[in-house]
Amino acid sequence: MIEILAAGPLATVQDLGRPGYRRYGIGTSGAMDPLAFRAGNRMLGNPDGAAAIEVTATGFRCRFLRPARFAVTGAALATTLDDAAIPPWWASSAAAGQILDLSTPRAGMRAYIAVSGGIDVPAVMGSRSTDLKGGFGGFEARSLASGDVLPVGPPADAREVPDGGFGVRSPPRGPEVGSAAPTVVRVIPAAEYGLFTDEALEAFWSRGWTVGADSNRLGLRLAGPALAFTRRVELLSHGLVTGVVQVPPSGQPMIQAMEANTCGGYPKIGVVIGADLWRVGQVRIGGKLRFSETTTEEAMDAAAENEAFLERVARAARTASALGRGGR
Amino acid sequence: MTDDDILAISAMGESALLCQAPGEFGGAAQERILGLAEVVAAWPGVVETVPGVNNLLVMFAPGVMAPGAMRDRLRDAWTQARAVRTEPRTVEIPVAYGGEHGPDLAGLAERTGLSPDEVVRLHGAPTYTVLALGSVPGFPYLAGLDRRLAAPRLDVPRLRMPAGSVLIGGEQGGILPVASPTGWHCLGWTPFTLFNPAADPPVTLRAGDRLRFVAAERPA
Repeated sequence: MIEILAAGPLATVQDLGRPGYRRYGIGTSGAMDPLAFRAGNRMLGNPDGAAAIEVTATGFRCRFLRPARFAVTGAALATTLDDAAIPPWWASSAAAGQILDLSTPRAGMRAYIAVSGGIDVPAVMGSRSTDLKGGFGGFEARSLASGDVLPVGPPADAREVPDGGFGVRSPPRGPEVGSAAPTVVRVIPAAEYGLFTDEALEAFWSRGWTVGADSNRLGLRLAGPALAFTRRVELLSHGLVTGVVQVPPSGQPMIQAMEANTCGGYPKIGVVIGADLWRVGQVRIGGKLRFSETTTEEAMDAAAENEAFLERVARAARTASALGRGGR
Repeated sequence: MTDDDILAISAMGESALLCQAPGEFGGAAQERILGLAEVVAAWPGVVETVPGVNNLLVMFAPGVMAPGAMRDRLRDAWTQARAVRTEPRTVEIPVAYGGEHGPDLAGLAERTGLSPDEVVRLHGAPTYTVLALGSVPGFPYLAGLDRRLAAPRLDVPRLRMPAGSVLIGGEQGGILPVASPTGWHCLGWTPFTLFNPAADPPVTLRAGDRLRFVAAERPA
């Protein structure tokens, strides 16, 4: 069991979401950085979909009420267990009573605390993800608060974390500590791409777009030059996928994220490829994002690269467990 | 089949295709879209079908079918698509119009040159059809709105409107089952429950249902 001492700006229980209900208007929810989320579970020998805590930015603290194996992945935050520093992307063991503290993100926006056995809240429509918009799922259908006690399931895997823990490298070309470079996400042009002026398309692909303060799990609202249309259209409402980049008449693009509406009618300029959705989830408010044009074939290659990364994480975890000592 | 009966298909990312039926919404095309959705949902590799208003989003696992083959198969299936047989129910939705419940009623009246009372009367007169559910849990896209009340989406969507908001967007009507951002205009509010996550199915309305709005009080 895990007691929340401080939740920071937003902490929620998430897993990989609940696909299959979009025809009812129910979105997937789930981890904004599914790559880091899955990696944490792989480090512990959990199923990929075991529920974890998604922590936003800074100021999160919790106490392990029972001994637990856990991993912290995603954003690079200053992390301590009872004041002992833990590097990012590290798996450790906690004794009962130890306090985990996450603060000062050095790169990225969201971190994941995976625990052996997963967070054991009831599943709603097949998932433990919190749907904040719909008001269901996760821990009591809401974001976490100080005093909450989260149940933890029985570990599926009996492996031990070696003394001192072990770590893995974070994904390649991820957010870097101290870097102001824009996060690059790959985009496939969408149905209304041809409606935009040449100047608008040039700006869309070349600009560093600033992530606005009203960006959240529903989506990122980007600030930059207004993208102009050659003509105005009023589209009938249609289903949307996560990662679609819409441009309302204001000309400011929005990327729909994990809690976005399932349908909409604003023009679509492109869609972020599935393999880069985790990068969208890690861009900080005030940070910069750049779009790079790509194809379906490249999108599938990128997805395969992500799976290969997760396989390497799983192998490293098995090796660390077998060797019974820290390090990669 | 006429030359006009072609499904327009566009990619939405690497694992979804958006299929757009020709013609005005609210007509026979919507029934055929629902029929197409049923057929396509059973194809290998199809993860989900999401009907919209005169359109269908097909989400699939990449690699199961070549993209060109999927498009061809969808176009063929459309030519054979027939209306799904549904048992239409008529649901009554009580609405408190205007004032704090309907912040856009006055603006809509001004835009259309009608009085707020006339807007309320025109909104409540028709029997609407639920075309599809989408956007937020249980949200119904409604056909049957009097054309005089049509209003394009707001240039800047509102970040949050309350559950129960009765809305107009373009030529479509809608009701918010949960608090949500929206670019639609809000005329009033209803206490009617559209979504319950513990129920099976979790949504109250179905595509094909008929619906009537009944005014609960005069606009302010």
